[in-house]
Amino acid sequence: MSVDQATVRRIAHLARIAVEDDEVERLGGELNAILAFVEELSSVDVEGVEPLTSVLPMQMKKRQDVVTDGGFADDVLANAPEREDHYFVVPKVVE
Amino acid sequence: MSDPTHLSLAEARDALVAKKLSSVELTHAHVDAIEKAGALNAFITKTPELALAAAQESDARLSRGEARPLEGLPLGIKDLYCTKGVRTTAGSRILDDFTPTYESTVSANLWRDGAVMLGKLNLDEFAMGSSNETSAFGPVVSPWRRKKGDGVDEAKIVPGGSSGGSSAAVAARLALGATATDTGGSIRQPAAFTGTVGVKPTYGRCSRWGIVAFASSLDQAGPITRTVRDAAIMLRSMAGHDPKDTTSVDAPVPDYEAAIGASVKGRRIGIPKEYRIGGGAEINALWDQAAAWLRDAGAEIVEISLPHTRYALPAYYIIAPAEASSNLARYDGVRYGLREKGRDISDMYEKTRAAGFGPEVRRRVMIGTYVLSHGYYDAYYVRAQKIRSLIKRDFDEAFAAGVDAVLTPATPSTAFAQGEKGKADPVEMYLNDVFTVTVNMAGLPGIAVPGGLGADGLPLGLQLIGRPFDEATLFSLAAALESAAPKIDFPQPWWTKA
Repeated sequence: MSVDQATVRRIAHLARIAVEDDEVERLGGELNAILAFVEELSSVDVEGVEPLTSVLPMQMKKRQDVVTDGGFADDVLANAPEREDHYFVVPKVVE
Repeated sequence: MSDPTHLSLAEARDALVAKKLSSVELTHAHVDAIEKAGALNAFITKTPELALAAAQESDARLSRGEARPLEGLPLGIKDLYCTKGVRTTAGSRILDDFTPTYESTVSANLWRDGAVMLGKLNLDEFAMGSSNETSAFGPVVSPWRRKKGDGVDEAKIVPGGSSGGSSAAVAARLALGATATDTGGSIRQPAAFTGTVGVKPTYGRCSRWGIVAFASSLDQAGPITRTVRDAAIMLRSMAGHDPKDTTSVDAPVPDYEAAIGASVKGRRIGIPKEYRIGGGAEINALWDQAAAWLRDAGAEIVEISLPHTRYALPAYYIIAPAEASSNLARYDGVRYGLREKGRDISDMYEKTRAAGFGPEVRRRVMIGTYVLSHGYYDAYYVRAQKIRSLIKRDFDEAFAAGVDAVLTPATPSTAFAQGEKGKADPVEMYLNDVFTVTVNMAGLPGIAVPGGLGADGLPLGLQLIGRPFDEATLFSLAAALESAAPKIDFPQPWWTKA
């Protein structure tokens, strides 16, 4: 499988990364080089093989469903590019 | 004492406890060495004041006879570990001046045990790279240089990646040891390129909490040091269960240092025939030599087969970018880091991420987005996860057949020079991880240990792969290789500015 320029633009938009018109061709070439490299996986027989979801057989630890942490609004906001009181400020979303 | 930067971490520890040296003297020596080593670009942020304050506190404890396991020992921290109150960049512009209000669990464990932080070490952007050339803060230069006739070639050699600042700093004696992280080889490959020792522990051995995430099912923290013993000492402090990381394992941490010098007699070492194809003649000869060293130490050498080896790297380049595209979605210009102005919120996201991510990160996020997108998920992502099961099964079967550890080369060759690889085709750079990536895919522990120098005068590394949570056996075997291999003389400081 290989990607064309329209697909490159679509992926870039899905990934929320702006691309300039003059970058699209080069990006397409790089993505296609990677896709060509992974192409040989299609020849592997994976019939009846389960996808791996955890490298080690382990039981996930559980705890009581109670609040154990929090109350750090100042810390959470400390690195915000723009903030107002205890809110992150973003460009207007709803007109 | 002559130059305390020439001590190993274990020797420095013993000298501090014996009061032959103070932590302030030891830390000063390293701070001075770092100050003169700007040409290597190993550090993104230096913290000499914090280091000397911590050293004074350590000296007070040492004088009271209350030394903790790493008391007063100066270390470097890969700038992927969040450090409270100290800027953390992940080697990226997108984090801007991000200053964590919390400490990663692994670095907190080191401070709990008395270690001293010298600063934050350079790395490939978001740990994506094998040469440290993708860092937004410029490439790290290896302290090693190629031989040219009777002299040296002045071409700048890469220290490997992504933990290139860690490997360069340790090889250049700017730190007694350093933390690193490994997603596909990012501890072991830079260790191999710099003649140092690097350990990628079993997945779950170290907490990932507070370490900037790349590919969460593959990432592990580990140390880079100049000796196998030093790595054992550091890992013992770094490892352990953490309730804040549900994938960290609640199992006791052994005294790894006790495994150094333990007999390897009767250990069965597997030599996987599929690894013969990935490397050059020089590394293959060293590999044979290493098997002979272990045989001389009493180990039994057996040929094994890991038939799905060749599929590990391509499967990795689906799974790791997929996880990265998901993990890196958080960099949106809202909660921390860089923000570029846009027409609306979507435009703001897109401009911020275009300005903040470098070319390699952008490439991987886009590949990850593609393989997870509608219509391609099964063909790429699910298939790669199935192949991952097959890769793990290969190792499970080898261990079930009685193999205690697997011996392989760490890298296909010695280090290359800046700009030599991956310019035209990103895949050329990816091939560096051909021997290391299987270990992450299967969640196993691996250690890179120096085997000697190549014809170009640069280090060559070997890799040992162990059973899950059997790092202790790896330390015994690695120590046996270390004592059989020719001793590595670390480079004289040509980079020093008076």
